[in-house]
Amino acid sequence: MLSRREDFRDILEERRTSSDLSHALKSFTRVSSRASPPCSVSTLNKTVLESQHLHYIMQEVSKDTGEPLEAIREEAAGILEEMSQNLQLGYIRFLGFILSKVFKRLFRKINVNEEGLQRLQQAMQESPVVLMPNHRSYVDFLVLSYLLFTYDLSIPVIAAGIPLMGMQLIGEILRRSGAFFIRRSIGTDKLYWAVLSEYVKTILRKDFAPVEFYVEGLRSRTLKSLPPKLGMMHMVLEPFFKGEVYDISLVPISISYDRVVEESLLAYEILGVPKPKETTMGLLKARKVMDEDYGNMHVCFGHPLSVRDLAKGKVNRKQYNLIPRDLPMKPSESIHAFANTTAHLVLRLQQDNMVLSPWSLMATILMQNLGGINLKLLTKQTVWLKWLVLDFGALVDWPVQVADSEVMSSGLSLHHSVVRCEGDQVLLAEQKPQRGAAPEEAVFRRAVAVLMCASYRNQALHVLASPAMLSVALSLAAASSRADIYNLYAFLREMFYNEFIFIPDRTGQDFEEACSLLQKCGTVQIINQNIMVTDKGLSVTSFLTAAVEPFIDAYQVIFRYICSRSVQEFTEKQFISGIRTFTLNLILTGEVKSYDVLSSETQKNALASLVRLNALTKKKREEQTYFSPNKAAIGRTADILGKKNSKIMCRLGRNSSCCVTEAPVMPVEQDSPAPITFIS
Amino acid sequence: MASSGHGSGRQEAADRRLRLIAGHLHPRIAASECKAEAAESDPVRAKTVPKRRQEVMKWNGWGYSDSRFLFNKKGQAEFTGRRYRLGGLIFPSLKDWFESTFGANLQHKSPPTAALNSSAITPPNLNEPFLQDLKSMGIPHSLEAEDRVFRAHGHCLHEIFALREGRFGRLPDMVVWPNCHDDVVKIVELACQHNACLIPYGGGTSVSSALECPPDEMRSIVSLDTSQMNHILWIDEKNLTAHVEAGIVGQELERLLNESGFCTGHEPDSMEFSTLGGWVATRASGMKKNIYGNIEDLVVHIKMVTPRGVVEKSCQVPRMSTGPDIHHFIMGSEGTLGVVTEVTLKIRPLPEYQKYGSVVFPNFEQGVACLREVAKQRCAPASIRLMDNAQFQFGHALKPQVSSIFTSFLDGLKKFYITKFKGFDTHRLCVATLLFEGDREKVLQHEKQVYDIAAKFGGLAAGEDNGQRGYMLTFVIAYLRDLGMDYYVIGESFETSVPWDRVLDLCRNVKERITRECKERGVQFPPMSTCRVTQTYDAGACVYFYFAFNYRGLADPVHVYEQVEHAAREEILANGGSLSHHHGDTGR
Repeated sequence: MLSRREDFRDILEERRTSSDLSHALKSFTRVSSRASPPCSVSTLNKTVLESQHLHYIMQEVSKDTGEPLEAIREEAAGILEEMSQNLQLGYIRFLGFILSKVFKRLFRKINVNEEGLQRLQQAMQESPVVLMPNHRSYVDFLVLSYLLFTYDLSIPVIAAGIPLMGMQLIGEILRRSGAFFIRRSIGTDKLYWAVLSEYVKTILRKDFAPVEFYVEGLRSRTLKSLPPKLGMMHMVLEPFFKGEVYDISLVPISISYDRVVEESLLAYEILGVPKPKETTMGLLKARKVMDEDYGNMHVCFGHPLSVRDLAKGKVNRKQYNLIPRDLPMKPSESIHAFANTTAHLVLRLQQDNMVLSPWSLMATILMQNLGGINLKLLTKQTVWLKWLVLDFGALVDWPVQVADSEVMSSGLSLHHSVVRCEGDQVLLAEQKPQRGAAPEEAVFRRAVAVLMCASYRNQALHVLASPAMLSVALSLAAASSRADIYNLYAFLREMFYNEFIFIPDRTGQDFEEACSLLQKCGTVQIINQNIMVTDKGLSVTSFLTAAVEPFIDAYQVIFRYICSRSVQEFTEKQFISGIRTFTLNLILTGEVKSYDVLSSETQKNALASLVRLNALTKKKREEQTYFSPNKAAIGRTADILGKKNSKIMCRLGRNSSCCVTEAPVMPVEQDSPAPITFIS
Repeated sequence: MASSGHGSGRQEAADRRLRLIAGHLHPRIAASECKAEAAESDPVRAKTVPKRRQEVMKWNGWGYSDSRFLFNKKGQAEFTGRRYRLGGLIFPSLKDWFESTFGANLQHKSPPTAALNSSAITPPNLNEPFLQDLKSMGIPHSLEAEDRVFRAHGHCLHEIFALREGRFGRLPDMVVWPNCHDDVVKIVELACQHNACLIPYGGGTSVSSALECPPDEMRSIVSLDTSQMNHILWIDEKNLTAHVEAGIVGQELERLLNESGFCTGHEPDSMEFSTLGGWVATRASGMKKNIYGNIEDLVVHIKMVTPRGVVEKSCQVPRMSTGPDIHHFIMGSEGTLGVVTEVTLKIRPLPEYQKYGSVVFPNFEQGVACLREVAKQRCAPASIRLMDNAQFQFGHALKPQVSSIFTSFLDGLKKFYITKFKGFDTHRLCVATLLFEGDREKVLQHEKQVYDIAAKFGGLAAGEDNGQRGYMLTFVIAYLRDLGMDYYVIGESFETSVPWDRVLDLCRNVKERITRECKERGVQFPPMSTCRVTQTYDAGACVYFYFAFNYRGLADPVHVYEQVEHAAREEILANGGSLSHHHGDTGR
């Protein structure tokens, strides 16, 4: 059921009834903003190498290193050769043929919003386009090219991590399908940065092809949005700031999976077991992956954002007037802030158009019932949650004209790798540790199962995050005054800034939105600058609080750990191994029940938050980053978060609650104890 | 710190130095006779600009009353009058171009109010003591409505639009015609004495609203018309300078100098009507600045009457280094600091030979690259301009009817060669127009050099005709604007100065901005948004934009126009251009 605006169409339907070969060989006419024909790949590369910008940098590098300019130029040419794509329609056709076969096997449906594609086509005629999909799976990588090919739109060039290039044959096929390869840790390699940025900018300036890149930088192992990386963002914005193009369109694209192909690897990776190196053999071995059913995929093309419109009043382009445009220039404060806000905005828009599966809603409930839950209750609560997230404006792929029980069982069977049913009870599918294994081993296995389930909860978490922050704030606040609650909300938002992706400088707006969402569903009442939870609303706030509880607990553990250590500074590596042992012990003793704290992502996010809040100082020394804690500040932070266990203070008087109609009330099994319990 | 004794010694030295430098600015004490009075009796010299300008010029449009474009009964465009070479000619393709470019229709007319209704004009707010003293000095003046209306505006779009609708804002209360520098001194003194407001008026071609009377001005406003101060006072053949009264109009100055075998070479597009004083006051630039320089390069000496006395240097020298150059305060002051009365200008012997030329480029990018190279090699001809495709089409639409079949056949051949044989796209190609001047031999040599550079950028020589027609466009554009206004089309030009590497981006972005802003503001038909690179310098270029649109269906077309123009200027600034290269625009 999709109650919101987008209409989707399954593109596999046609593939199942007509020839894949004729699809691959169909006529293809590219739509572009320019009247002039696109230049060739070699002209493009030549333009990059001969650019004034690169010339400046090469001279600088030559001066710095003492190497002759000629050698530097060769190095630059080498970098470019390693990097550059070699987009050829023939390979797209070839790949199109293969992908038709693969996709049909993996997915039941690939649903696309055609209206979004029409908007994209329009945008492509007006200005250079940047495609900005979220990144949850390797499948993302080519699905967009496949779609654009199917709909006769320009095939994008795609920023890819260099490990992909290392795959024999596949690397070359990807390159010819438009992938260009970027090294993972560029660091301070000036020449590499220069070649890369000039390459990206030249593609945009010449409108060679749409540029596709993942603003999250990496594939998200948690299935939650990652804080944006700004390097590429700056590169794609700059041609507009410098007036080299009239405008640039940023197109947020949301790819949602019912079931992620690499799900079994995710938990291991976030627990710190390194991901396997991408190899062609690995891919072939992964063929057994092909025999599984991965449900539906949704690709939702968002409204193109005009950079010109976004920058109006925020960026003064005149700042580029006093320095030659080809000279390397550090982005100013305002430019940096703009890139950061824009990247966050794109992430938010990606989230808005994510399509939630019934399963991700189930996973959210399951995460609050890790000990198992009765199927009937799970169904009831999932359906309740469905209405709640629809109220919050989410897109939900809940089949119409199918009984709820069937939707549930279909979800459960699709995810047999995560859950199993034992009679009426739904439990996490956990691998039993071998007999005689260490207790840590059991914790680890449990953690894998929980974090796998958590990943699917994370798919829905963005819908709940802001109202959940408000709910927590309500529970922390000593009084119901709006100002107090706002301050707490703002604090929490800062605290979980990287965890839940909030747009900078929008605290007030987000707060208002969260208030109105909770008000709309009758959870809170706002009277005379007081925000109060209604009687009926209590179940909603409790549920929302519980949804983010594991993160709050995780952060608390991390704070405790840092404060307990006597060292003055530590590296990230030391921290991650230290916190793991620390947590393992706490879990073994039963003191901590949150497994999210074992996630390296959560650990890194917590560190970043402390740095943001000035409770940690980050120092760079000899190529190493060191953190030194301000324990007093961390202690204070922990204290504020710690108050949450005190019960929610503000309730409405009995008389006023009657004005609240149809507030969703969390369904509760008559004879069972309250299903919502705080985990800690 | 030095001791106080030293200090005062230094103070004295400083004072002495300042006195010395200021000495350069002391007014000369020399009585000069008024040439204008003597000239009254000279029957040979016909006056280009009479006191009653409305007798020969339009009161609500550009130029001479007898010269205008119109669509005749057959629907063909025609230029009336006999003043110009174009007079009486038919322009067969102008109608189609006009209708298809603007979505205009000859059936939809927007004629101006027919005649100036003097009774609708508020009577002058007179400063009686000023008027009495003026009368006693015998300086000619007028209080007539027609004279006042004529001097109440420049040629900004909003000014002309209001006149055509018969709307008048604040007008000058009277007009005075000084005959010479001394008259101006007297008038300025009187104005100071009686607290009257003076607005110097030269050719009235201002496009920076500098002639607009402030609506809230309570004092009596006096328009000081310099047209009678139009004499060449002397020519110095040894130093190649001429001392000229500031009210002389460009074409008159050039004609008179030519009679003596000289020229200034200063040819702004408005030179038919704009005056020497106006050029100085607005920092004008001429088409042939590559040979002769802009006004700041041409001026040797300026005499300006200010409320605090006369400002001038005490010598006529090519360069000084005693502090900031006082001329640079005067140039660009747009009449706000005083009245420029006399100017000494550099002059040159008339060039032996003049030749037009043109080059076709496959696209604008190549054309700009070529102009940049020409500037780099410092071999720009007297004038070199690069029109974009739209302006090339515009120029093409102004091709007069050809008399011989042979010429048109030849044209056909040329077009075939360029588009079919050379593969140029008629919707992308652009044209550079050239003007060479000098010794015949050198011109031919220079011409070859420029064409060789052009060839490197894919340019093909496209003949003298195309070149000459390109320059014609700039002289008739203001007449064409009046034609457009008869059919719901309004437009204006504006220009900018921009570094070389930003020329292309600026041109594209500004044109695009205009198109999009028009659409957003409800303009029904895409506007004409075109540009040309009109001057080249070592470090950059001057770009000139034409922007016009069909305003049918808009409630307040001038407001829309101004909003779009404002956006276009914002875009220019964001792309590294300046507010203006030569139009002034301090008022914007």
